[in-house]
Amino acid sequence: MSAIPLVPASYEQEWHLPSKGRVGMYGLIIAESAIFTIFVVAYVYYIGKSLYGPTPQQVLDVPIFNTICLLSSSVTIWLSERAIERGNMRGFGLWWAVTITLGTIFLVGTGMEWYKLIYHDGLTIRTNLFGTTFYSLVGLHATHVVIGLIMLGLTLIFTLTGHVRQEHSERVQVLALYWHFVDAVWVVVFTVVYIVGR
Amino acid sequence: MADQTLPIHGALDLTPPRESQHTLLDILHDWVITVDHKKLGLMYMMMAIFFLLVAGAEAICIRIQLAVPNNHFISPQTFNRLFTMHGTTMVFLVGMPLVFAWANYIVPLQIGARDMAFPRLNAFSFWLTFLGGIFLYYSFIGGPGLYGTGSAPDVTWWAYAPLTAKAFSPGHATDYWALALIVTGFGTIGGGINIMATVLSMRCKGMTLMRMPLFTWLMFVNGAFVLIVITPLTAAQVMLLIDRYLGGHFFDTQAGGSATVWMHFFWIFGHPEVYVLVFPAFAIASEVIQVFSRKAIFGYPAMVAAVVGIAFVSLGVWAHHMFTIGMTSAGNAFFVLSTSLVGIPTGIKIFNWLATMWGGKIRFATPMLFCTAFLFQFLCAGLTGIMLSVAPWDWQLHSSYFVIAHFHYVLVGAIVFNVFAGIYYWFPKATGRMMSETLGKWHFWLFFIGFHVTFDTMHFVGFEGMPRWIYTYPADRGWQHLNLVVSIGGVIQAIAVLLFAYNLIWSLFKGKIAGNDPWDAWTLEWATSSPPPIYNFATDPVVRSRRPLWDLKHPEDPDWKYD
Ligand SMILES: [Cu+2]
Repeated sequence: MSAIPLVPASYEQEWHLPSKGRVGMYGLIIAESAIFTIFVVAYVYYIGKSLYGPTPQQVLDVPIFNTICLLSSSVTIWLSERAIERGNMRGFGLWWAVTITLGTIFLVGTGMEWYKLIYHDGLTIRTNLFGTTFYSLVGLHATHVVIGLIMLGLTLIFTLTGHVRQEHSERVQVLALYWHFVDAVWVVVFTVVYIVGR
Repeated sequence: MADQTLPIHGALDLTPPRESQHTLLDILHDWVITVDHKKLGLMYMMMAIFFLLVAGAEAICIRIQLAVPNNHFISPQTFNRLFTMHGTTMVFLVGMPLVFAWANYIVPLQIGARDMAFPRLNAFSFWLTFLGGIFLYYSFIGGPGLYGTGSAPDVTWWAYAPLTAKAFSPGHATDYWALALIVTGFGTIGGGINIMATVLSMRCKGMTLMRMPLFTWLMFVNGAFVLIVITPLTAAQVMLLIDRYLGGHFFDTQAGGSATVWMHFFWIFGHPEVYVLVFPAFAIASEVIQVFSRKAIFGYPAMVAAVVGIAFVSLGVWAHHMFTIGMTSAGNAFFVLSTSLVGIPTGIKIFNWLATMWGGKIRFATPMLFCTAFLFQFLCAGLTGIMLSVAPWDWQLHSSYFVIAHFHYVLVGAIVFNVFAGIYYWFPKATGRMMSETLGKWHFWLFFIGFHVTFDTMHFVGFEGMPRWIYTYPADRGWQHLNLVVSIGGVIQAIAVLLFAYNLIWSLFKGKIAGNDPWDAWTLEWATSSPPPIYNFATDPVVRSRRPLWDLKHPEDPDWKYD
C-alpha cells in the first residue's frame, strides 16, 4: 500500500481561489486605512485646540478644482482598466496617461497651497497644533499620491515600450485598486480638513 | 503502518538533485538570499530565540538588582534602560518574529501549498524585522546623547509623553527606539498581508475554509488582525518623530497637544498586541492537544468563532490600561464591561481544549506537558485579568508588581510555554530529528517550577504595594524575602532555558531520526518528508476533510464520511 491517494479518484469538484494580488492589495488597504484613521482622529481631536494662530478659518481655502481632478482620475483609471480588459491597448495607455496628468495636477495644486501657507500665511508644521496636524495628515495623503504616481508612471513607461499586454490586466487592476483607495482617502481628508475643521 | 504510506504518493520528486557545493560561505549565501518559506520561518525562529536569550539576560540583571534591598548591582540609569530594552525586545524582537516563524513554516505546509503567496515580500519582511532589531540594539553604542557613551532607550516600552519629548529625552536613544518599531512594523504589515493572501489564495484542492486546521485558522485571523493592530503604533511613532525632529506639537502640552492622546494611540495598539502574540500559542495548543489526546478537536466551529470574537472585542478594550488617568465614570464602565467580555470567547476556547482532552488517550510527551501547563496558567492569567479589569481594583494595584505578575502569566505562562511546546512538536519536521525527551522533561519541570516560584510570588509582592519600575527599595518595607524568592525563580527559569538551548543544538546533531510522522498526526505537513523538500509537495495534494492524514491512515473509516 505505497500509493494511496488522499482521496478516491472519483472525487472532483470545482476549485476557485481569490486572486492573491487582489487579496494582498486589500490587505495593504486595510493596514493603510488604520494608519489614516489614527491621523484623522488626531486631526479631529485637535481641531480648535491650538493655543495661537493662524487658524484654519483664516488661512485655508477649499481646493475644489484639485478635488475634482483627483476624484475624476478614479473614473479615468477605471476607463483604462476596462480598456485593457478588452485588449484595447491604445485606449488603456491614453486613459492611463490622463490619470497621471490629473494626479500630477492635484499634487501641483497641493504644492501651491502649501507654498501660500508657508510663505504668505507663515504656517509651518511647527507654528501651532493646527500646522502640525494639517501638514501631517495632508502630507501623509500627498505621500500616497506620490507613491501612486511613481507606480502609475512606471506602468506607463512599460506600456509605451510595449511590455504591458492584455494578459497583465489583472495586475493593472490591482494597482488601480490602490489608486482608488488614495482617492477615497482624499474624500475623508477633504471632509475633515476643509469642511469639518474650517 | 503510518510510515508506509508517508510521504504521500507524489509528494517527493525522485529525480536525483544536482551536485551542490557545501562550503560555509555557500550555505550562508543560501540563507541570506533565500525566499523559501521554510528557511525564512527558521530564520524568524532563530532571531526570536537569540533575542529571547538577550532579553532574558536583561531580565536576570533586573532580578539580581531587585533580589535584596539597597542593592547597587547596576546603576539606576542602566536599570531604566534594561527594563525598557527587556520589554521592547520581548514584544517586537521575540513575540512578533515568533508569529511569523510559525506562520511561515507551518501554514503553507498545512494548506498543501508550495510557498507563501509573495515569497520575495516574505524575505523583505524578515529583513526589515531584523533591521529593526539592529536599530534597537545599535542604540547601545549609537545613541550617546547627554549620558555620555552608550545609552539604550530608557523611556519604557510604552514611552509615555512627555518623557519622550526632546527636552526630557535628549540624544538619539529614543529615536532608535521609534525607528526600530516603525521598521519592524513595516515588516509586520508585509508578513500579515502575506499570511492573509497565502491562506485565501494558495489552499490546495478541497481545502475549504472550514476544513483548514485550526492552527492555520488562527494564523489567518492573526495575519489580518496585525494589519489593524500594528498600524496605529506606526502612525503614533511617525507623530512622535514629527514632534522630535520637525518641531511638531502632537504630544506637546505646552502648545495644546495632549500626552493622553499618546496613551490612547499606544494602547489601541498595545492591548490587541497581546492577542497577536497569544494567537500563535492558541494555534499550537489546538494542534498539540488534539494529537496527544488522540481525539479530533472538540467544537471546531466554536473555536473559529471564538478567535474571531476575541479579535473584535479586543479592539475595544484598550483604555483598561488607563483607569488611573481619570476618565469619566461612563468611560470607566465601558472599558470594564468590554474587558470582561473578552472572558467569554476565551472561556469557550479553554473549555473546548479541555473537552478535547476529556476521555482522550493522553500521551504526556514534552509538547503535551507544556500545553497542559499552558491551559492551567492561561486560566489563572485570565482570572487575574478579570480582577484588573474592574476599575476600583485596578486603581489599587495599577503599576504594582501584581500587574507585572498578571501579564507575565500571559506572556510566559501561556505564550512561552506553548512556543516551547511548538518547538518540541515541529522540530522533528524541520530537522528530521527528535528532540531529546529526557532533556525535554528536565526543561519542562525546571521551567515550570521556576515560573511558578517567580510569578506566583510576584502577585504577593504587588499586594504588599511594591510599585514597578523602582530601582531599589529600603529593607523596612517587608518586600525583601518575597523579592529574593522571585529572583531565585528567575535563575531557575534561566537554567531551564539554557538546558533547552543545549537540547536544541544536541538534538540537531545527535537526536533520534524522526521519520516523516513521529507523532502519528493528522495534518498535511506530516505528509511530506522531514525536513520537507524545497517544493513541499511535488504534486498538489487534494483533501476531503479536516484530518487528511487520518483519512489516509484509516481508509475504512475516513472523516469525510461524517461531513
Ligand atoms: Cu490590555
